[in-house]
Amino acid sequence: MRKNAAQRLILRGGRVVDPSQNLDEAADIVIDDGHIAAVGPEAAAKTSKGIVIDLHGLIVTPGLIDMHVHLREPGFEYKETIRTGSEAACAGGFTAVASMANTDPVNDNRSVTEFILRKAAEAGLVRVHPVAAVTAGMKGESLTEFWDLKRGGAVALSDDGRPVKNSAVMRRALEYAASLKMTVISHCEDPDLSGDGVMNESFVSTDLGLPGIPAAAEEIMVARDILLARYTDTPVHIAHVSTAGSVELIREAKKKGVKVTAETAPHYFTLTQEVLKDYDTNAKVNPPLRGPKDVEAVKEGLRDGTIDVIASDHAPHAVTDKEVEFEYAANGIVGLETSLGLSLRLVAEGVLTLSQLVAKMSVVPAVILGIPGGTLRPGSPADLTVIDTNLTWRVDPTVFRSRGRNTPFAGWELTGKTVLTVMGGRITYRDPSRWE
Amino acid sequence: MDRPKVVMDAEGIDRSLSRIAYEILEKNKGIEDLVLIGIRTGGIYLAERLRKKIAAIEGKEPPLGILDITLYRDDLLITKKKPALGRTDIPFPLDGKKVVLVDDVLFTGRTIRAAMDALIDFGRPKMIQLAVLIDRGHRELPIRADFVGKNLPSSLWENVTVHLTEKTGRDEVVIEREG
Amino acid sequence: MGLARKDLLGMKDVSAEEITLILDTAESFIEVSSREIKKVPTLRGKTIINLFYEASTRTRTSFEIAGKRLSADTINISAATSSVVKGETLIDTARNLEAMNPDIIVIRHSVSGTPHLLARLVRQSIINAGDGTHEHPTQALLDMMTIRSRLGTLKDVEVAIVGDIAHSRVARSNIYGLRKMGAKVTVAGPATMMPRDVGAFGVRVCDTLEEAVRGKDVIMMLRIQKERQHSHLFPSLREYSARFCLTGESLALAAKDVLVMHPGPINRGVEIAPDIADGPQSVILEQVTNGVAVRMAILYLLGGGMP
Repeated sequence: MRKNAAQRLILRGGRVVDPSQNLDEAADIVIDDGHIAAVGPEAAAKTSKGIVIDLHGLIVTPGLIDMHVHLREPGFEYKETIRTGSEAACAGGFTAVASMANTDPVNDNRSVTEFILRKAAEAGLVRVHPVAAVTAGMKGESLTEFWDLKRGGAVALSDDGRPVKNSAVMRRALEYAASLKMTVISHCEDPDLSGDGVMNESFVSTDLGLPGIPAAAEEIMVARDILLARYTDTPVHIAHVSTAGSVELIREAKKKGVKVTAETAPHYFTLTQEVLKDYDTNAKVNPPLRGPKDVEAVKEGLRDGTIDVIASDHAPHAVTDKEVEFEYAANGIVGLETSLGLSLRLVAEGVLTLSQLVAKMSVVPAVILGIPGGTLRPGSPADLTVIDTNLTWRVDPTVFRSRGRNTPFAGWELTGKTVLTVMGGRITYRDPSRWE
Repeated sequence: MDRPKVVMDAEGIDRSLSRIAYEILEKNKGIEDLVLIGIRTGGIYLAERLRKKIAAIEGKEPPLGILDITLYRDDLLITKKKPALGRTDIPFPLDGKKVVLVDDVLFTGRTIRAAMDALIDFGRPKMIQLAVLIDRGHRELPIRADFVGKNLPSSLWENVTVHLTEKTGRDEVVIEREG
Repeated sequence: MGLARKDLLGMKDVSAEEITLILDTAESFIEVSSREIKKVPTLRGKTIINLFYEASTRTRTSFEIAGKRLSADTINISAATSSVVKGETLIDTARNLEAMNPDIIVIRHSVSGTPHLLARLVRQSIINAGDGTHEHPTQALLDMMTIRSRLGTLKDVEVAIVGDIAHSRVARSNIYGLRKMGAKVTVAGPATMMPRDVGAFGVRVCDTLEEAVRGKDVIMMLRIQKERQHSHLFPSLREYSARFCLTGESLALAAKDVLVMHPGPINRGVEIAPDIADGPQSVILEQVTNGVAVRMAILYLLGGGMP
């Protein structure tokens, strides 16, 4: 692999879709020394030396970036490690991920951040960008050392998994982070209102006799964060938008010029709460799966640009965390290996163009986090993803590279899959059925 | 498929029951301590008719009970779908009584075995006797009827059906090859 | 004949025909319980495990008596568990029990959907004896049996269910069962105790006790969990009972021969005035008697056969 990096890589004839340069055409890509050397219809004409890979019939995009994943290490290695998470990421087409802070210990100090980066470098498959906690121990009380964490390599701040309940703490976090050009990613939930809820409050929760989480529990915090971002004129990024009300609030805020960005996860535009009918804990997630109107609103938010990013909220769990009584089961769905396939359904449905999808899964996350990547411009790191949009495959959790098997999509047939992932000029994944 | 063959008509049934009524009274020397128990479903109507006949002879009715033997069947544990349960109604004590069990057809003897087990759960009868309209043979248990309307040699591939007015609108006993 | 099902998890997936079969069968078992020797050999050699994760004297005893009267061996397991105090997991318990080869597992658990999880995991018949705030099918069946035996039918019977509908498994199972049998159901209670979109069950929703019981043939009062006061569901027991306790005054609004029911245990003076609970309209003890018969019927119809 090391040797490979130094070698010239010539990707010939793929359809290059790079919204960062408004590019959507058949083109060659020449990679030298881990960087993009040239992109263009005839870019490889003058070059003969190097490894040539023929990509006719395939799509080439800037390396996909998943700005919301849980890699579980340190502390929960039985659920996932940085290595297994990295393997899952590159298999899913990702060249970079942002890993959330709710590890044990919490990533609330520089030594944990550096530990994560060291482990990620050892795995060497994907760029792991640590997201540090907003508050010490994610307790919602005192701010972590944003400046020092940034120097250690943290790219953003979030107590994801828990809300920052105290509005004064949130206000100060937004102000302090903005001064360091860091974004706060907000998990929006009013914990008093969600109470002991385990699914969306609706007739389905009434019918199943499960305590419900009202949509308002999310929307109240989305509204609060928008008001704080407007008042302090700072950016805020809303994680995992799941309700029609949240989409509406963000849409209106954007119209008024509030610096709010937002993401959603594939399960929120693919599934409704109906899948919980048999108490399938693999579909238990927070925020919970909502109703059909919410799913439509999330899609509309993606279509009209209200929602900027698709992130998987990859949340691996062990079987022992999930094969228990519904209320005791952990929240979360593994997403790295299904995110692209599920998101491509939006292109098939006409909700997004392929170029818009690539923007939401690569270009925009890079901008929000202020990290390299998200482009195939000459000179940038050679992070790219090759997708076969015609390949139909069946989701089989038993062959996931992730340690987590907790997906409600087992057995689903998806069309479109990563067949080659290149990170820093090195091939980190190739689809075994295609290349070997 | 052979046509069903009538082996006993209404008059035949009535004559047999009259004879059985006399035999019961003869054997038991009257109706003192005598009780009739009809086994669901065919035995109920026969027991009622016997009671009327006995009453006509003796001027007094013996008590009549109804027994559903489903819960005592020995094939419950090997059948998946459970047979429908009927109500048992024995509104008098059985201790010291001479019980005449009444059924329509005596075949393997398993129903009677179940009925005897059930009766014993209700108390300690002085004795249990058995009255049947048809004995078609093929016993699988050492059981013998005390009063028989008609002995009807049959093959295992035949069905014997007792039709009674109370149930099917006519009185006759038919035998037919199994469909 | 018989129930073509492995498990009894809830009234939601039981058909009207199945309900009728269970009730008819239960009527026959009433006689068995009235005998001097209240035991039949039907389930001899069968093992029934009562797996109770939630304290319950009434339901557990009822199942135990039902099993014993059918000659089954009944074993009671009281398992204390919570998400915090982690002992053996449900899965491990289930696999262990399965290895001991019982025939039927009766489960009560404080988490909705747990019997469904168990039914997926083990090959034994599972009977739901109450799961969280979801269903309590045998309670609904004994309630329906009580109504049917008193009124002769369930069709077009007007039933009011009053109390904490949101947290009541008795209410959910009765709503499903009664509606399938053609009864008309009205629910009432404080707005805080009405679950989201409760009307979607096909029930009428009333805000006051008086409105709910007017002209009704049956009034079912639900037990109030006093600890719910802490989740802001009602301001005080005093105010709750002032509004929703069934008294002679409110009862007078109902049909003349109205049946008063309660799944027990009763908080006297909170849900029902003591004189009403013991009064001529009350069929509360009949419910208990019928409970044994209904459970015998279910054990008979589900158990005993080859798997």
